[in-house]
Amino acid sequence: MSALLELRGLGVRYSGAATAALEGVDLALAAGERLAVIGESGSGKSTLARAIAGLLPRTARLHGTITWPGLDHPARNGRDIGFVFQDPGSSLDPVMALGDQVAEVAHANLDMGWRAARRLAVELLDRVKLPEPAALARAYAHQLSGGQKQRVAIAAAIVARPKLLIADEATSALDTIVQAEIVALIRALVTEDGMALIFVSHDIGLAANLADRIAVFRHGRMVEQATTAALVARPRTDYSRALLVAHLGLEA
Amino acid sequence: MSALLDVQGLSKRYRRGDKEFAALDGVSFSIASGETLALVGPSGSGKSTVARILLRLVEPDGGGARFDGEDLLALRGAALRAIRPKLQMVFQDPLAAFNPRAAVARLIDDPLRIHGIAGRAARPGAIAALLERVGLAPELAGRRVHEISGGQRQRVAIARAIATRPRLIVLDEAVAALDVLVRGDILRLLMELQAEEGIAYLFISHDLGAVRAIAHRIAIMDGGRVVEQGEARAVIAAPASAIGRALVAATPELPKFRETAS
Repeated sequence: MSALLELRGLGVRYSGAATAALEGVDLALAAGERLAVIGESGSGKSTLARAIAGLLPRTARLHGTITWPGLDHPARNGRDIGFVFQDPGSSLDPVMALGDQVAEVAHANLDMGWRAARRLAVELLDRVKLPEPAALARAYAHQLSGGQKQRVAIAAAIVARPKLLIADEATSALDTIVQAEIVALIRALVTEDGMALIFVSHDIGLAANLADRIAVFRHGRMVEQATTAALVARPRTDYSRALLVAHLGLEA
Repeated sequence: MSALLDVQGLSKRYRRGDKEFAALDGVSFSIASGETLALVGPSGSGKSTVARILLRLVEPDGGGARFDGEDLLALRGAALRAIRPKLQMVFQDPLAAFNPRAAVARLIDDPLRIHGIAGRAARPGAIAALLERVGLAPELAGRRVHEISGGQRQRVAIARAIATRPRLIVLDEAVAALDVLVRGDILRLLMELQAEEGIAYLFISHDLGAVRAIAHRIAIMDGGRVVEQGEARAVIAAPASAIGRALVAATPELPKFRETAS
């Protein structure tokens, strides 16, 4: 399978920070591949996601290279990369109609007029399984539940048909049942569109059910990466093993 | 055995615009001394409203609660203050619950002083002992809340809760914001404290994995009602309610791979 994305020696240091947030990461992602990035607070997993999407603050210093062999132009967030954040309450504009927020991404990235972009937005709201998408397009974020808001954020992330969807703890603020629904939606969308996925999570159980491959991060470094089957059955590091043991499932 | 806490028919209605809706609709359950009851349900099912009523932060519209032989919801003034030390609370986010600039020592000193648990001279020693009790170094007493890690903060919150030798601690999503390895440590600490001191817990959570690890019994809530309750492992193995089945189905399980997988 051809590589979509390649990271070589990637490092990030935030302005004023004593230590690097991310150091020496070599990682490749194939087109259509589903990669889970797992780690605890301070592991660098969100920094990795933001570095790939070009969302780091300007003052952050970046080392190493991020290349996109799978694209013939530099990757742009919104067009080539869709990004879903943890808190849809803060990623959606509270005073802009929901349909317009999805349409704006299409208008800005697909060279599409507003009328067509708004029509496309309604299609996308339907695709993320929101009820009455035409009416919902005229509603505002405060009228929706957390799970519904995250569906709108996902619609905005995929409207320009990106090659890569990055979900950064996109389900961790949701309750268990809604989380499972959003994971099922993400799984269906990446499969249907052949999108690659980077699923950033602290929950190895959730990740293992979604990803082809898992990369485990700790203190800014990648400690292990393997296919999901290999990592779950035969973790090579004590840290990965500890994360697997700490997973609290329902089976004895 | 008589229950430590016996909740009968709690109801609470809120108004939203000109519509009324029932946040709680006849909720009943009981907790014995030294027992953990998990209150489980999706967002909006009424779990936190139950906690707020028991802590007397919200007045219910109906129903009652007997705690340690007293009519909890009828207590006022001095009688209510007298029962507070026996009923403590740990929240999801101690950084939001505490003054972030307060020193750790001050947070633990407050309950000791306010409830007259230890005299002025004895309090530094009592604070050090409580910190050690929850697995923290006594030197942490001088640090400020915002300077310590999330796991350390939750240990401080537990130290503060146990300072008054409570009979019951309400744990409202108390491990939900913690890293997975820290979550395991805090669950173990809670179980140790319970074994040694016989504290009962009302463990409010939507995380069935954590519930299965710590709870003896479960009450599952949906739409302001308890739809199912029973022994924890039995309910998880064979939930009778639709919401119980949905919660079990939604809890991620590590996939099984054969050793030969690569």
